[in-house]
Amino acid sequence: MIRACLSALLSHWRRNPIQLFAYLAGLALATALWSGVQAINTEARASYAAAASTLGQGQYDQLVPRRGNEIAQQTYIDLRRAGWQVSPVIEGRLNGVRLLGIDPITSPAGFLPAQAAGAPQMLDFTQPGQVFTGEAAARDLDGVAPVTVDTTMAPGIAIADIGVVQDLLQRQDLTRLIVLPDQPMGRPELGTVAPQLRFQPSQQSADVGELTDSFHLNLTAFGLLSFAVGLFIVHSTIGLAFEQRRGMIRTMRSLGVPLRMLIVLITAEMLMLAAIGAGLGIVFGYLIAAFLLPDVAATVRGLYGADISGTLKFRAEWWLSGLLIALLGTAAALSNRIWQIARMPLLASVRPRAWAMVAGRRLRLLMMCSVSLLCVALLLGLFARGLTAGFALLACLLIGAALALPVLAERALSFLQRMTRAPIWDWFWADTRQQLPGLSLALMALLLAVSANIGVATMVSSFRLTFVAFLDQRLAPELFIQVDTQDQSRQLEAFLQSEGVEVLPLLSTQANIAGQPAKVYGVRVGPTYRENWVFLDATDDAWDQVEAGQAVVLNEQLARRADLWVGDTIEAAPGLTLPIAAVVGDYGNPHGQVVISEVEFETLHPELFPLQFGVRTQDVAGLRNAIAGTLGIPDSAMINQAAIKEISLGVFERTFTVTAALNALTLMVAGFALLMSLLTLADLRVPQLAPVWALGLTRRTLGQLELLRAVVLAALVFVCAVPLGLALAWVLLSIINVEAFGWRLPMFLFPADYARLGIYALIAAALAALWPALRLMRTPPSTLLKVFANER
Amino acid sequence: MNVRVFALLCLLPFAAAAQGFSGLGTDAEGFATPQANPSFSFPMDHGPHPDYRIEWWYLTANLLGPDGTPYGLQWTLFRTALAPGEAEGWQSPQIWFAHAAVTTPETHLTAERFARGGIGQAGVQADPFHAWIDEWALEGLNFDQMKLTANGPDFAYDMALTAMGPLVFHGEDGFSVKSAEGQASYYYSQPFFQIEGVLTLPTGPVEVTGSAWLDREWSSQPLSDTQSGWDWFSLSFDDGAKLMGFQLRQTDGTDYTSATWITPDGATTAYADGSFGAEALALTDVADRTIPTQWRVILPERQVDVTVSALNPAAWMGLSIPYWEGPVTISGSHAGQGYLEMTGYE
Repeated sequence: MIRACLSALLSHWRRNPIQLFAYLAGLALATALWSGVQAINTEARASYAAAASTLGQGQYDQLVPRRGNEIAQQTYIDLRRAGWQVSPVIEGRLNGVRLLGIDPITSPAGFLPAQAAGAPQMLDFTQPGQVFTGEAAARDLDGVAPVTVDTTMAPGIAIADIGVVQDLLQRQDLTRLIVLPDQPMGRPELGTVAPQLRFQPSQQSADVGELTDSFHLNLTAFGLLSFAVGLFIVHSTIGLAFEQRRGMIRTMRSLGVPLRMLIVLITAEMLMLAAIGAGLGIVFGYLIAAFLLPDVAATVRGLYGADISGTLKFRAEWWLSGLLIALLGTAAALSNRIWQIARMPLLASVRPRAWAMVAGRRLRLLMMCSVSLLCVALLLGLFARGLTAGFALLACLLIGAALALPVLAERALSFLQRMTRAPIWDWFWADTRQQLPGLSLALMALLLAVSANIGVATMVSSFRLTFVAFLDQRLAPELFIQVDTQDQSRQLEAFLQSEGVEVLPLLSTQANIAGQPAKVYGVRVGPTYRENWVFLDATDDAWDQVEAGQAVVLNEQLARRADLWVGDTIEAAPGLTLPIAAVVGDYGNPHGQVVISEVEFETLHPELFPLQFGVRTQDVAGLRNAIAGTLGIPDSAMINQAAIKEISLGVFERTFTVTAALNALTLMVAGFALLMSLLTLADLRVPQLAPVWALGLTRRTLGQLELLRAVVLAALVFVCAVPLGLALAWVLLSIINVEAFGWRLPMFLFPADYARLGIYALIAAALAALWPALRLMRTPPSTLLKVFANER
Repeated sequence: MNVRVFALLCLLPFAAAAQGFSGLGTDAEGFATPQANPSFSFPMDHGPHPDYRIEWWYLTANLLGPDGTPYGLQWTLFRTALAPGEAEGWQSPQIWFAHAAVTTPETHLTAERFARGGIGQAGVQADPFHAWIDEWALEGLNFDQMKLTANGPDFAYDMALTAMGPLVFHGEDGFSVKSAEGQASYYYSQPFFQIEGVLTLPTGPVEVTGSAWLDREWSSQPLSDTQSGWDWFSLSFDDGAKLMGFQLRQTDGTDYTSATWITPDGATTAYADGSFGAEALALTDVADRTIPTQWRVILPERQVDVTVSALNPAAWMGLSIPYWEGPVTISGSHAGQGYLEMTGYE
C-alpha cells in the first residue's frame, strides 16, 4: 500500500513539472547562495590564517639580527638559558622553494597550520627528515629531500624540522627567533644577553584581520538573507502543491489510507525532494565559490605576498550547514501544512481555497504581525545590547517589513484604482489586487532581495570610503623607521630635520586610563595630523588644543568603553585631567588610545624617547638610501608605507568584486521566485482572463498588461525596499558591528547606486513576467472559449 | 608549544605500552626496559638514561612562611625519548620538558618549559650534579647540597636543599613494579631534604623553610594498557617516618597498589599490591572535572589509617599534560604533611 500511496503522491509532480522545478530550483538556489557565501568565507579565513601563520609574521614579536641575516645558534641557547622564551626559525631557498625550519617543540601553538599534522612526523628520528610542502613545491624538491605532500600548506613554501633544514641548506645558524607570548619574571634585558639582536614588535596585520572579520560577518548575514529569499520560494511552492493535492489526499483517506501514514509519506516525500534540491544547491554553491574564489585568493596574495591556492576545498562546515538549514527550512514550511491535513475532516469538500480567498481579516492579521515585529525591532534597537540582540533586531525588521508588504501594496493599488476612470485600467488595477495574494510571497522575496542589495551596496561602499580614509590617516607618512637606541633616535631626528622633511616621532607608553588598559601617544601636531585624521566628532580647534596641551584625542574604542565623548574630561595621566577635544575612528584596533601632544608627553615621561618615526617625503628610495648610508640603520628597519597602502587598497577592491557578484545572484533568485509564481498563477487565471478577452481585449494586449503589472509591482516593491535596505545597512554598521568589534562604521548614502538597483529590479521583474506573458499571448482561443463551456 | 603536538608525542610511550610488554630486555622500538635486581651506580645514575623512554627528576616541598602560612612547591624535569639513544645537535631524539608550581592556600601558580636535547638548552649532568632547562636549574657539587630555581610569568623561587638522610629505594631495591603484567620502572628517592629560600609571589617575596622530597624514576613502559591513571602519595609523618604509596587505577575498576615505608633513619620496607589502600572521601570540581581532594589512606601492616586533605583543592596543573599535584595535610592515626599527585582524571 505504501508503494501505491507514494506513487499517487508523486504523480502530482509528474502532472505539474513546473511546480516540481520551482520547488527543487528554489531550494537549490537558496542553498547555493548560502553555501557559496559560506564556502568563500571559510576559504578566505583559512587562507588568511595559512598565509599569516606560514610566514610567522604579524602574530608574534620577533628577534632579528641588527646586521646581516644570521643568528648564531649559541645566541638562541644563551637567550633561553637567560629566561627568554623564544623559538628558533631558519629560512632559506632550495630549488626555488622557500624552506622554513622550525622547532615544533618550542614553537607557539598555531604557529604553522601544517605543524599539528606534521610535527610528530617531523620529529620521527627513525626515518630520514621529512619536508612538508604543497604539491607544486614537492616536485621542485623531488630527489633533494624526502617530501610529504600537505595540501593545507601555502604553495611555494616547504616546512621541516629545524635540524633537517640546517642540513639541507648546509648552515648552522638561525634566521630569526619568535618571542613567545608568556615570558617569565626576572627576565634580563635583551641588550645584556644578545646585544646583536633587535626586538621587532608584531606587525599590525591584526588590523586588517579584524576589518576582514567584520566584512565576513556581514557577508554571512547576507548569505542568510539570500537563503531566506529562497525559503520564501519553497514556502509558496509547498503551499501551492498542498492546495492542489487536497482532493487527492481526501480521496486517499476515503480509500482507507491511515492519516498517520499519509503524513509520514508526505513528510518523507517532501524532505527527500528537499534533500535533492539542497544537494543540487551545494553543487551550485561550490561552483559559485570556485568561480569567485580566485578573487579572494588574489586578495590574499596581494596582502601577504604569499601564494594561496585558488582551489576550493569541500569543507564540511559549509556544505553540511547548507544541507541542514535547507532541511530545517523545508520542515518549517511543511509543518503548517501537515497540521492542516491532520485537521482536515475526512469528507470535507475539496474547495480550492487556493489563492483568491484572502479576506480583509488575513490582511489585518498580517499587518498586526508586521507592526508587532517592527515594534520589537524598535525596542531592540533602542534598548537591547549584544550581538544576539543585534541579529534578532535584524530578523524582526526584515520579517516585519516583508509581512507589511502585501498590506502596503494593497493600499497603494486600491489608491491607484480610485484614481483611474477608464474601465480597462479599473479592471487592470482590480485584477492586480486580485492577484496580489498569490504573488505576495514572491514579492516579499523580491523585497528582501532588493533591500539586501541596497544594504550591501551601502555597507560595502561605506566600508570602502572609511577604509580608504583610515589608511590615508594611519599610513600618511611615506616612510616608517624603527630605531633601537636613544643615540640613534637623536641622530635620526637631527638628520631628518637637516633634510627638511616633516618628521613624526611616535612616542607611546602603556597606561591605565579610566579603568581601561590603554596606550598613550605623544604626537607632534603638524600638517599631516591636521589634514589626514578624520574625527568621528570633534570641537572646532581640536588639534590646536591638543598642541597647546589643553586637550586630548581619544580613539573610539576607549571612548565607548569608558562611556566618554567630546566635551567630557579624562584623567590622561595621574594628576593631569584634560577635556576630550575629539574622538577618532580607529578601525581594527582592539585597544584604547589617548593622544596628547609631544611636549606634554615628554613632561610626563622624560625617560622615554621615540623609537619609531614616520617621515613625509616624495623620494622614499633616496631618503632610505641616505639614512642607511649615513646612519647605518638597516634597511629592514625601514618600511615603505605607500606600498603597504596600495596593497591594502587592492585587497579590498577585490573583495568587493565578490560582493557584487553575490548581489547579482540574490537578485536572480528573487526574479526566479517571481517567475515561478507567475507561471503557476497563469494556469489558474485563464477563467478570469477569458471574459476580458471575450469583451474584446486582444491576447497581445493582455500579455502586455501582464508585463506592465509585473513592472508596476516591482516598482512598488522597490519603493518599500529603499528604506528597508537603508535600515538594514544601519543595523549592520551601527549595531552589529559595534557589538561584534567595538567600533561603528560610518554610513554613507549612494543614491546613484540605489537608482541603478531599482532599474535592475524592474528589469528582473519584466524578465520574470516575459515568459508567462508570452504564454498568455499564445494561449489558443479555444482554451479561452472552453472556460465558458466548462463554467461550473 | 603546540599542545596537540605535545600530547601526541607523549602518547607514544602509552601506545608502545599498549602493544604489549614482552618482558625481554628491549621493547619493539629498541628502548631498554627495567630489569629486576638492579645495581645502581652513583653519581652516574643521577644523570639521564637516554636508552629508556621516559625519566624524571621530581621534587616537591612542603614549606612554611614566617607567619605560619603553609606553601607547596613543585619542580619537575621530564625527559622523553622519541627514539633510544643520544645524538648531537637537533638530531637528538631526546625531548625535555619541565613543570614548576607554587601552591598557597588560595592560589596555585604554574609554568612549563620545553626543550630539544642535543643543543644545550636542557639536560642533566651527573657529576657535579646539574639538571637544567632554560634558566630553571637544580644543581650542586653533589646530590646532597643543591640549589633550585624556577621562574614563571607570575611567580619565581630560589631555594637551597640539604639532604639529612640517605637515598631510599622503592620496590625491590629500586625495581618498582607497576602492573600485574610486569610493567616496571627504576625508582629511588631522596625524601630527607631540608629546604629554605624565597618564593616570589604576585603579592611579593616570602621567606620559607620546610622539607622536600626528590623522586628519580625512569622506565620505558609507564602504564599497562588497562591502567587509566594513578594516585600517588608521598607522606611525611611528624614522628619522622615516611610513606610513599601509589595506586594505579585499572579499567576494570580495581587498583594496583604499591608502597614503601621509610623509617626516620632511612630503612625501607616495600609493600606489594594490596597492602596499601587509598579511598576518595571528598570530591572537588576543578578545571571542568571532578577530582578527589580528600582521601583515606591505609597501610594496615603499619597501623596507618589517615585522612589526607589537599591544602588547596584547586592545585590543578593545567599544562600540556594536565594533572593534579599539590601539598596535603595528614590527620588520623598519624599526623604530618606531604604531596599528592593524581593523573588520568578526564
